[in-house]
Amino acid sequence: MTTTSPPTRSDADTPALDVEGLCVELSTPSGTVRAVDGVSFSVRRGRTLALLGESGCGKSMTALSVVGLLDPAAAVTGGAVRVRGDDTLRMSPAQRRRLAGPVLSIVFQDALTALNPVQPVGRQIGEPFRIHRRLSRRQAREKAIELMTRVGIPEPRQRARSYPHQFSGGMRQRLLIAMAVALAPDVLIADEPTTALDVTVQAQIMRLLRDLQDERDMAVVLITHDLAVVAQRADDVVVMYAGTVVENGPVRDVFAAPRHPYTRGLLDSVPEDSVRGRPLPAVPGSPPELSAVPAGCVFQARCPLVRERCVRERPVPRPAGEGRSAACHFSEELDRA
Amino acid sequence: MPESATTTPGPAAEGPREDTPLLEVRGVTKAFGSGRRRLTALDGVDIEVGRGTTLGLVGESGCGKSTLARVLLGLERPDAGTVRFDGTDPFALRGKELLAWRRRVQMVFQDPFASLNARMSAADLIGEPWRTHRDVVPGAGAREKRIRELLDLVGLRAGDAHRYPNEFSGGQRQRIGIARALALDPDLVVCDEPVSALDLSVQAQVLNVLSDLRTRLGVTYVFISHDLSVVRHISDRVTVMYLGKVVEHGETDEVFETPRHPYTAALMSAAPVLHPGGGSRREEIQLRGEIPSPFDIPSGCRFRTRCPRAEEQCASEAPPAAARGTADGGEPHTALCHFPLAAGSSWA
Ligand SMILES: Nc1ncnc2c1ncn2[C@@H]1O[C@H](COP(=O)(O)OP(=O)(O)OP(=O)(O)O)[C@@H](O)[C@H]1O
Ligand SMILES: Nc1ncnc2c1ncn2[C@@H]1O[C@H](COP(=O)(O)OP(=O)(O)OP(=O)(O)O)[C@@H](O)[C@H]1O
Ligand code: SF4
Ligand code: SF4
Ligand SMILES: [Mg+2]
Ligand SMILES: [Mg+2]
Repeated sequence: MTTTSPPTRSDADTPALDVEGLCVELSTPSGTVRAVDGVSFSVRRGRTLALLGESGCGKSMTALSVVGLLDPAAAVTGGAVRVRGDDTLRMSPAQRRRLAGPVLSIVFQDALTALNPVQPVGRQIGEPFRIHRRLSRRQAREKAIELMTRVGIPEPRQRARSYPHQFSGGMRQRLLIAMAVALAPDVLIADEPTTALDVTVQAQIMRLLRDLQDERDMAVVLITHDLAVVAQRADDVVVMYAGTVVENGPVRDVFAAPRHPYTRGLLDSVPEDSVRGRPLPAVPGSPPELSAVPAGCVFQARCPLVRERCVRERPVPRPAGEGRSAACHFSEELDRA
Repeated sequence: MPESATTTPGPAAEGPREDTPLLEVRGVTKAFGSGRRRLTALDGVDIEVGRGTTLGLVGESGCGKSTLARVLLGLERPDAGTVRFDGTDPFALRGKELLAWRRRVQMVFQDPFASLNARMSAADLIGEPWRTHRDVVPGAGAREKRIRELLDLVGLRAGDAHRYPNEFSGGQRQRIGIARALALDPDLVVCDEPVSALDLSVQAQVLNVLSDLRTRLGVTYVFISHDLSVVRHISDRVTVMYLGKVVEHGETDEVFETPRHPYTAALMSAAPVLHPGGGSRREEIQLRGEIPSPFDIPSGCRFRTRCPRAEEQCASEAPPAAARGTADGGEPHTALCHFPLAAGSSWA
């Protein structure tokens, strides 16, 4: 149905996905904590946005909020998520289900637990075709085999009958990708889609995503810690820290001259000319506990530029060059460093 | 093995049996299924890991790395071939000796989600091995302290001890798996993609911890990773696998700078490189053809269907396993290929 919908007037300028001021709170034994705090970004059709940030900063939680699959302990407490202009947070569960697959789709970070262990993988991959396209079991199976071929599973016909545990880690990850792109969604969220893949298969998956993007003008949100993949694949980048967006802008510009001290620290951790046995560079310290996020800047405890104002006042995102913004009181100083 | 009963880890680099490698694997073969659906995941694999050294294990998805890891841990019995750990065959051990060996060999599993019991808190998960191996950290107070230390080592907080796996992010769970593997002060740790879910900074922190344990305590590692820059940083030697066979082995810089096997060369060239500020990247050797079916392995050299250097001989004859060439220091650098790339030669 999505393939035939005529372009409406707003199509050209409505982002495929628009997240605005998203807040997610978690109930924990020691009270409610805010895991995602005012995250905003948007992605147009045919574009790729990378979501970067330290382990535990809220990337997966942001992704799960967008597709409405948060853990019961977590709840969206503010903001809006618009898919092709419609606010999904206000949709009924039935409306959401119709969206899931043909319009909005996710590759989960945990490849093994996201697959059903007691069902042959061919059946699982074919399922969206049966539900949304009403294909017969046989037709769905053929579609599944076609997709398994595209993600580089050898002997797909034979292996469609295998169960998830009979595949290697990287193969399971590819099966999940096959499932997520089955109906060529408008918006694809991929949470660490290539972490378990060797570079040749990774390159193949990235080509597949690019092809689909070209064929279907898909918008992609790519969550990854692999900066080289981000540099090659993404148009824009959003850098998160402790549940907030600290910097965003075109990848090229952000990587060439970061405007937030955390982004710079992250880029400096690239083990490019590392010497074996010599410690790798890391941003010293660790992020604040969610229950004890400081009043001022979230990065103050680890920031080399910190000063009195940072402790007092939380920096808000400010324009930092063409299409860029950074949440730092002193981002201009990074320019000169 | 008297040393396995003490709380300190086994012999460091200058241990008494320094000349024998800590781990020696010869001709290990492992197949799954039967008949037409028989899949040979490992086909005559040899590896060797010296005490206190790190062996990097790389290769295409599905080539058998995790299967080999499970064999090393005694979780999977090979159909043929031998495993020697410190001179003994772990599959022949029983009772007390088996327990003592299990303490010395630990694994960080590839899937941090599936490998952690959802009903156990981080503290329970990390401390669980002590229930079997009681003398490693005796006493409740000492255990609590050790759990805090281990959490700190992998960049988690003392307060995280009482949280459950579903309350952690992907990278945080991966680190619980690492802390758990280190709880028994093992001599050998097999790490299967241990840092794949970690951002660079946390990754650096964890890798620094692993290196430090090697220097201080002589811990030996088998390190499986698809991230070549990480492998290069941490490994002394590298073994490259393709479809269940070792195709290249050598000292790390040798293998990275002058790969001899065409598959290794392609692998190295496909690694995405980061050039801050854009700029061009290295020429990528795109492998033609599909990954062959593991049910139906090509005759002769199993890489021939995708190899740009393949000749007639490659289809008719399996390349000899003999060492081809040695590095300057006399270290073997082997490639399973009829026409290996010569040192310094260009591609194809
Ligand atoms: N049920 C829960 N109770 C308490 N804290 C939780 C719960 N679920 C998640 N968290 C915390 O929320 C934060 C955000 O988690 P999220 O999974 O979004 O991180 P992430 O950015 O995806 O990290 P990674 O890169 O490691 O996957 C983490 O610090 C995590 O510990
Ligand atoms: N229990 C099993 N039953 C059937 N086949 C299996 C089983 N375990 C592994 N295999 C197959 O053995 C081959 C090797 O798998 P293995 O998990 O060792 O690969 P790997 O090198 O670790 O790959 P990755 O990099 O994707 O994790 C794969 O083709 C896989 O499908
Ligand atoms: S606001 Fe202050 S503490 Fe925060 S990143 Fe900028 S300089 Fe550092
Ligand atoms: S033996 Fe032949 S096909 Fe195999 S890797 Fe060498 S050149 Fe290529
Ligand atoms: Mg995550
Ligand atoms: Mg594996």
